[in-house]
Amino acid sequence: MNAKNYAPKTDLKILTAHLSDPELHTLKGYQRHGGYTALRKGLTKMTPDEIKAEVKAANIRGRGGAGFPAGIKWGFLPKETDKPIYLVINADEGEPGTFKDRLIMERNPHEFLEGCLLASYAIQAHTCYIYIRGELVSSIRRMNEAIGEARAAGLVGKNILGSGFDCEVYVHQGAGAYVCGEETALIESLEGKAGQPRNKPPFPALYGVFGCPTIVNNVETVAYVPWVVNNGGQAYADLGVERNGGLKLFGASGHVKNPGVWELPMGTSMRYLFEECAGGMRGNKPLKGIIPGGSSCPPMLPNELDTPLDFDAMMKAGTMMGTGCIAVFEEGVCTVKLAARIARFYKHESCGQCTPCREGTGWLFRQIQRLEAGEHIEGGLDFLDSICDRILGNTICALGDAAAMPIQGFIKKFRDEWEAHIGAGHCPVTVGMSGAKAVG
Amino acid sequence: MSFEFTEENLRQVKEIVSRYPNTEAALLPVLHLAQDQVQAQGPEGYVSPDVLDHVAHVLDLPPVKVRQVATFYTMYNKAPVGRYHVQVCTNVACHLTGGVEIFEHFKKTLGVGNHGTTDDGLFTLEEVECLAACGTAPALQINDRYDLDNTIRYYEQTADNYEHVGNGQRRTSIAELIKWSDQIIDELRKKPEGRRS
Repeated sequence: MNAKNYAPKTDLKILTAHLSDPELHTLKGYQRHGGYTALRKGLTKMTPDEIKAEVKAANIRGRGGAGFPAGIKWGFLPKETDKPIYLVINADEGEPGTFKDRLIMERNPHEFLEGCLLASYAIQAHTCYIYIRGELVSSIRRMNEAIGEARAAGLVGKNILGSGFDCEVYVHQGAGAYVCGEETALIESLEGKAGQPRNKPPFPALYGVFGCPTIVNNVETVAYVPWVVNNGGQAYADLGVERNGGLKLFGASGHVKNPGVWELPMGTSMRYLFEECAGGMRGNKPLKGIIPGGSSCPPMLPNELDTPLDFDAMMKAGTMMGTGCIAVFEEGVCTVKLAARIARFYKHESCGQCTPCREGTGWLFRQIQRLEAGEHIEGGLDFLDSICDRILGNTICALGDAAAMPIQGFIKKFRDEWEAHIGAGHCPVTVGMSGAKAVG
Repeated sequence: MSFEFTEENLRQVKEIVSRYPNTEAALLPVLHLAQDQVQAQGPEGYVSPDVLDHVAHVLDLPPVKVRQVATFYTMYNKAPVGRYHVQVCTNVACHLTGGVEIFEHFKKTLGVGNHGTTDDGLFTLEEVECLAACGTAPALQINDRYDLDNTIRYYEQTADNYEHVGNGQRRTSIAELIKWSDQIIDELRKKPEGRRS
């Protein structure tokens, strides 16, 4: 395939355009690059409904991984309510393999904050909570500094820019629970409870935090709102492909030459991200597989590299776009061992509320661990597959699915290797992850 | 040992509570504050039953509720921890790039297992989940400091140190990473007693 076929549609950068400015994270630095002009425009020249309409036209789909269109989500709020409306930002970045929201919060916090304020205005929320994963201490520090600066400059608080619009923004530090990235668990956690997901419906737009209408959006999703307000929703949509508007942050980690995060248009082929951005493989060993979009996404093979990176195309390819951060692994990596590590993660993070997930994730991990050691598994891979089936769709939230889907994917894509483990007495993949002991 | 918030921290509790429509929502941040105070004051650094009861009292919540929350979340230490909390990620990206080897090496040099604390009370070792630092994997965090370069190094500063966007990261061999990790431990051992982070 020649380079032309997979070159991205545009070289435009939005969130990463000014990262080379070492002062970008300060108010002064951000304003040097046109920061907060969108807020002024939005608050003084546009109605909330006009901003909502632009975001809807922008076709911006939830960047936390679920891909739900933000404009449509905002539309679920009740038309009339006497309760306060809340904006809650999901900054609980913890999907293994994902490292894009941290980049925004630590390097470009003001653009994200400007997005929070505009989104709050659009949905008429006067309080915005940014729920940041507890472990991301530097993100928390940076966001608090940014909010402090903005408050002192009259950009957060009462009567913002003289528009009459009031909005408070608070950082809420999480305390170590992956499940809190699920929006209703996050709401429970914000309310000071154990983070156990709620049954839906009612959806947060009607009954969210403190029983009030609530919109939960990902960091990256709202960070694009200032550009949309300045340039129009259609212009943003046009940067991407049909049904998948705009640019997105993509990451690459693992056995690539040059791991990192890049901002590319939606619909760019994975090959471009892998070969051009990440520089291909780091050594002589060929590519064995890719976990796209975080550990809950079923793996892909080298012959699927030309899949466009958008929510629909990735779904069609039998996996998910997820968070857009790919983890690349080379020949010699034992996929059973890798899957066992992933399975252990979900076992650890299951909140314990639903039996299929609480029991199933542990069962799955133990069986894969046995397989990794080359033990005999009664019923073989079909048995493993059936454990996954019994979790899938049988739980309140998607954590159970997130545990089962990648395992089924690994079995499907690397069946021979998995089959070879059964009863072999040891791991038959000659070079493991460089001789480390079993993952347990 | 009984626990009470300092006057300064009590003022902070008030400020935190004012952000929410009820005191319950302030529970997570107030527990963080309590743990910070304990860690600044003494060597053990965990939220003991006394701490939890005091938090319940200050926020006017049932003590059992506070315990339920404190035990659900991993970041609240339920047992004494060392001055330096060494956290090694072994999840996907780190699994592929040496995180497991680094963790095994720390186990050997510190002579403790996962969640173990060294006899001198200096180090607690923990195998942690994804730290969202996959671009610079393997990731290591000591107390609240991230290693943001892909060489394992103990930073006094934070976010300023890292260039994350595709910029030709230097990849280091596992042997070199292990050498770095030894240097970190040596440096920390020599550091004078003081505040933990």
